[in-house]
Amino acid sequence: MSILGNRVLRREDPKLLTSGGTYVGDLDLPGVLSLTFVRATIAHGRIERIDLEEAKAAPGVVGVFSHDDLGLAPMPPGMPFLNQEMTRPLLADGVVRYVGEAVVAIVAETPGAGADAAELVVIDYDPLPVVVDPLDALKDEVLLYPQVGTNNCFALQFGHDDTLFEGCEVVVRQRILNQRVAPCPLETRAAAALVEPDGRLMFYSSTQTAHGVRDTLATSLGLEPVLIHVITPDVGGGFGAKASVYAEDIVTAWCARKVGQPVRWSETRSESMLGLGHGRGQVQDIEIGGLRDGRILAYRIDVLQDSGAYPAIGAVLPFMTRTMATGVYDIARAECNSNSVVTNTVPTVAYRGAGRPEATSALERAMDCYASEIGMDPAELRRKNLIAADAFPYTTPTGTDYDSGNYVGAFDLALEMAGYEQLRSEQQARRAAGGSRQLGIGLSSYVEITNGIPEGEYGAVEIRPNGKAIVRTGTSPHGQGHHTAWSMLVSDQLGIAIDDIEVIHGDTDLVPRGVGTFGSRSLQVGGAAVNQAAIEVIDKARTLAADLLEADVADIVLDKPAAAFHVAGTPAISRGWGELAQASLDQGGAPLMAEVDLSSPGASFPFGTHVAVVEVDTETGNVELVRHVAVDDAGRILNPLLAEGQVHGGIAQGAAQAMLEEFSYDAAGNPLTANFADYSIISAAELPSFETAFTETPTPRNPLGAKGIGESGTIGSTPAVHNAVVDAVAHLGVRHIDMATTPERVWQAIQAARSASEGGSATSTEGAA
Amino acid sequence: MHVTVTLNGADVTYDVEPRTLLVHYIRDAAGLKGTNVGCDTTSCGACTVLLDGRSVKSCTVLAAQADSSSVTTIEGLAEADGTMHPVQKAFHEHHGLQCGYCTPGMVMAIVSLIAERGDHELTETDIRQGLEGNLCRCTGYHNIVEAAMAAARAPELRS
Amino acid sequence: MIPSSFEYVRAGSIEQTLDLLNEHGDAAKLLAGGHSLLPLMKLRLASPDVLVDIGRLAELAYVGDGGDYVAIGALTTHDEVSRSPLIAAELPVLAHVAGQIGDPQVRHRGTIGGSIAHGDPASDLPAVALALGGTYVLTGPSETREVRAADFHLGFLETAVAPDEILTEIRLPKMAGGGWGFEKLTKRAQDWAIVGAVAVRLDGNGSVGVGLINVGSVPARALSVEAAVASGAGAAEAAARADTGIEVTGDLNASAAFRRHLTRVLVERALAKALA
Repeated sequence: MSILGNRVLRREDPKLLTSGGTYVGDLDLPGVLSLTFVRATIAHGRIERIDLEEAKAAPGVVGVFSHDDLGLAPMPPGMPFLNQEMTRPLLADGVVRYVGEAVVAIVAETPGAGADAAELVVIDYDPLPVVVDPLDALKDEVLLYPQVGTNNCFALQFGHDDTLFEGCEVVVRQRILNQRVAPCPLETRAAAALVEPDGRLMFYSSTQTAHGVRDTLATSLGLEPVLIHVITPDVGGGFGAKASVYAEDIVTAWCARKVGQPVRWSETRSESMLGLGHGRGQVQDIEIGGLRDGRILAYRIDVLQDSGAYPAIGAVLPFMTRTMATGVYDIARAECNSNSVVTNTVPTVAYRGAGRPEATSALERAMDCYASEIGMDPAELRRKNLIAADAFPYTTPTGTDYDSGNYVGAFDLALEMAGYEQLRSEQQARRAAGGSRQLGIGLSSYVEITNGIPEGEYGAVEIRPNGKAIVRTGTSPHGQGHHTAWSMLVSDQLGIAIDDIEVIHGDTDLVPRGVGTFGSRSLQVGGAAVNQAAIEVIDKARTLAADLLEADVADIVLDKPAAAFHVAGTPAISRGWGELAQASLDQGGAPLMAEVDLSSPGASFPFGTHVAVVEVDTETGNVELVRHVAVDDAGRILNPLLAEGQVHGGIAQGAAQAMLEEFSYDAAGNPLTANFADYSIISAAELPSFETAFTETPTPRNPLGAKGIGESGTIGSTPAVHNAVVDAVAHLGVRHIDMATTPERVWQAIQAARSASEGGSATSTEGAA
Repeated sequence: MHVTVTLNGADVTYDVEPRTLLVHYIRDAAGLKGTNVGCDTTSCGACTVLLDGRSVKSCTVLAAQADSSSVTTIEGLAEADGTMHPVQKAFHEHHGLQCGYCTPGMVMAIVSLIAERGDHELTETDIRQGLEGNLCRCTGYHNIVEAAMAAARAPELRS
Repeated sequence: MIPSSFEYVRAGSIEQTLDLLNEHGDAAKLLAGGHSLLPLMKLRLASPDVLVDIGRLAELAYVGDGGDYVAIGALTTHDEVSRSPLIAAELPVLAHVAGQIGDPQVRHRGTIGGSIAHGDPASDLPAVALALGGTYVLTGPSETREVRAADFHLGFLETAVAPDEILTEIRLPKMAGGGWGFEKLTKRAQDWAIVGAVAVRLDGNGSVGVGLINVGSVPARALSVEAAVASGAGAAEAAARADTGIEVTGDLNASAAFRRHLTRVLVERALAKALA
C-alpha cells in the first residue's frame, strides 16, 4: 500500500509548534553585532554630503560605512537580457534612486544602539526630478540613468501585425492595471555572517536559493565558492522575493569580514516594505477579437512592466506573460509585446506567479469584457473556447508547448461545485429587488507554466549503518513541507519508515549543488531527483545483497515492508538496509549512496477553474468575498494535505490583490503604504473557507506525473475575484474596475457609469454579466 | 532596570533597559525564541503571548509593564512530558502551519480566544473575527480556522 | 522598531502621577495601555524623555453606576468595557463599539481613557461619547473638573487635558433603552475606520446624538444632522447634511468627495437603526 497520495501529516510541525522554528534572527551567535541600514528618504537625488562623525562616535557603534568604504563592484542586473549598464551599487553611490535605498551601514553592539546611531547620520540630498508612473518613464523625459539615455531596460518586441483582427466581427479593447503589490512574508529579510577560524565565510540566509547566495557572494567578494559556507535555517516565507540575493546580504558579509566579528542583519517590517522586492506592476493594453457567436479568433496584449529603480527579475517577467498569453483558450492568432522601464520605486522581483498571474488576469478580464460586449454568459463564452482535452500536446500562438490538460473537466466541476446556475438566479433576484447588496460571480480559467527554467536539480540518498536514510536535496523549502514530501517519496521506494529518514537542505557544505525552490519546480525536479536517487540506491543495495547472500543480482528482491533484501523464494534470509550500508563501508569505504543531477524534464502546465462569489454594497463600494471555489489540476498529487495548503495560501494572496492590496506612491515617489498598518495584507476576517478540489491529469514529462502547485492558487484566484466585483455592478453599466477593487474604486465606477448613462450613452447589457 | 516575570511558570528576573519591549525581553533576555517579530505597527500578531492569561501583542507592551505578571509563550504550552496542548495538536492534524513564523502567535491567540469564550460555542465567524489581529501569509487561514474549531471542541478545553 | 531611550517611572497613585507630571512637564507622557503611545514611539514619531506608567492604578479601572450615568474609570480596558454587564444594560452602543476596536489583543490592553485622551478623529470611542453627550473628569493638582465631550477635542490630537492633568473618569448618560446604530467602513476588520458613524436616540422627543469617526481632523458631532432630526426630518433627509460644517480631507483610503458620500450613507444607516 503506497504512502504516495496520502494526507501524511508534516514532520516539520512538532518543532515549529512547540519551541518554534529557528529563523536567522533566532540563531545563537556568540558575540554577534547588529547591522542597521540608513536608507534614502527621497526618491531621486544626488548625495551632496554624508556626515557620519556623530554616528561613529555614538555608544555601542563598531563601524559606520558608506559606498566608498566597501570597495566592491556594483551588482549587475542579474539577468543577461536586461540593460547591463543599469547596475546596482551595494550602498548608494552618489545618487539615490528610490525611497528606501540603503545608503549607510552601521555595525553596532545591539539593534538599539544601531537604531540610535542611525538617527545621528546626516545625509544631504540635492533632489532630482522623479518619475513614478511607468507610462511617464516610457517617455524618457526623466531619466534614472542619464548615461544610458533611456529608462527602457528590456524590450520584448516581436512586431505588430495590423491584420491580426481581420475577420473579427467584434473587437474589444481595454486598458488594465495589474498593480504593484508587496510580497510580505511574515519573516522579513535576514542574514548573518561570520569568519570561521579557518578563514571561511559562514553565511546564514533567509533564502530560497542557498547555492545562488553562495555563488553571488563569491563573485561579489572575490572569493572562491568553496570558501563560503551558506546555511539556510528555517525561512518564514519567501513567495519568490527571497529567491533574489540582495545588496544588503552582500554588505552583511562584507561587514563581518571587515570588523572581524559575527554580524547579523534582521530588518524591520518598515524597512522590508521598501527593501524586499515588490511584485507585479504591469500596465496592460488588451485587444480581443472574434465572432458574435463567441468564437475568439485573435488576442493582443501590450505590456509595460514597472521594473523599479534597479532592474531585477521583475523586469523580465513579461517574458512569462507572453509565454502564457492565450491561456486555456484555443485562440488562433496572438501577439504580445512588452517594454520594461525603470522608475524611482522599489525594484520588482518574482512574486507568487511571477508574470503568469499577469497573463491570466488580463486574459480573463478580456474574456468577461468580450462576453459583456456580445451579451453572452461568461461561462458559456469560456466553455466555447477552451482547448479540448484531446488536443494535447498543444502549441500556443506564442510558441508554448502545453504537456497535458483537461480544461473542460476542471471547468465543469468548478461550476458544478459553485452551483453556477443557482448563483445567477440569485443574482437576478437581487437585481430585480434593487437593494444595495448585490451579488457578483466571477470566473477564472487558467493554465500556468511551472518549472519554466532549464535548470535541473540535485538529489542524493544515503543509507547509514543504523538503517536510517539521509536525503540531500537542492531544493530550499520555506513552508512547503519538503521534509515530509521527500521522505514520503524515499520511504515509498525503500521501505524505510518516514521517521527514519532525515532530509537535509540549504547547507552548501552538506548539499554540494542545488538550484532552490521557486517557480513551483521543486516536486517535479527536486522530488524527482530524490526519487531517482532512491531508485539508484536500491540498485546498489541489490548488488551488495547479491554479494552477501551469494546469489545472482537478478534474483534479489527488496521487501519494502521489511525494509530488507532477500533472494526470491527465501525471504527468511535477508539483509536489512543498515547491514548493507555497513557492508558498503567495509568493502570499499564508500557509503551506500546515490547522487543524481537530474536534468530538467521540461516545463509542465497545471490548470484549473476558480469561481468567486462576492457581495458588493453599491452605496459604500464595500466588497466581501463570500465564497471561493477552486478546482486545480497539478497532475498526480503526492500529498493532498500539502497541496491543498498551497492552494489555500495562493487563493488568499490572489484574492488580496484583487480586492485589497496595493503598494502606492505619491507623485514625488514617497511610498504611502510602507508598513503593515497602511499596506493591508489580508486577514482571516476578510476570507471565507474555501471549497477546493483537485482533478489529476498527469504530465508525461516526469516519472512522478506531477506538475507544480505552489502558484496556481494565486494565478487562478485573482481574476475570479476581480471579475466577480465587476460582475456585481455590471447591471449598473460598469464595464471595468481596476484592481484593487477598493470601496472608492467601486463607487467611482458606479458613479461614472451612472453619469455616462444619464448623458445618453447607455452601455449596459442585460442578461450577461 | 530589573524586571521580574513569571515566565511559563518559572520566576525570572532580568536587567533590561526601560525601552525593552516584552517581546525582546522574552527573546533576548530570557532566550525563548519561539515568539516572533513580524512587523513594527502592532498589526501582525506574530508576537502574541498570554499576559496574565490574556492574549497581548508583546511588541506593544514594555517589559516593565509586565513586571510581576505571568507570561505564557508557545514554549510553555505543552505539558512537561511533551504532550501537546489541544490547539497545538489540532494545528498539526489540520495542517494549520506552513513556514511556522506566525504560528506561535496564532496558537496563543486561539488559546486565549477559547479560554475567554465562556459558555459560548465558537462559530467560524467568531474565530475569523477573533483572529483579525493575527496575519498569516502562507496558509490562507482555512486550515488555521479548522484547527481552531477542532480545538474549541476538545474535551480538555471545555470549562 | 526600537524606541528611543527614556526614563521609566511607575506611578503608585494618582497623586504621585500628578507630582511627576508637574516635575517633568512636557518631557513626560502617561503610559496606560500603551496602544496609542507605544506604536508612535516604536516608529520614533514620539520620543518622550519620561514615561509615567499609570497602568497599575487599579483605582482607575472600574465601571460604576452614577445614577443617571455610568461612570467608567479611565483605565478600564476595551475588553472590560465590552464585557461589562452594566454597560451592556445601560450603554449597549458602547459595549458593541468597544468590542470592535482593533483586535482582541489590542482590546486586552487599550483603555477607554487612553483612547479618548489621545484625541484621534479615527478612534471609535470619542464619537460614541459625543453622541451620548458624555463628560470627562479631569483631575489636576489643585482641582478636579468635568469637561463635556463636546468641548474636549480642540484640534488634531489635541484635547482639553492640561499638561498637569489626568483624565480619570468618563461619564456617559444612560441610554434608557433608546435606539442606536453604529456603522463603520474599514479596509480590513482590524483597521481604523475609513469613515464611521454612531447615532443614539437620546429621548422620545426626536432628539438624537450623532458622532462621526474619521471625518475631519477632530472627533465630531454631526450637529446639522441632529438639528434636522430634532425638527422632524427622517434619516435620509437628515443624513444628507452629515458633512455640513466639517472640513473633510482625503487620504489614501478615501478622497474628500468619497468621504463626504460615505459620511452621508453611514449616518443615514446609523440613524435609521437609532430611529427604528
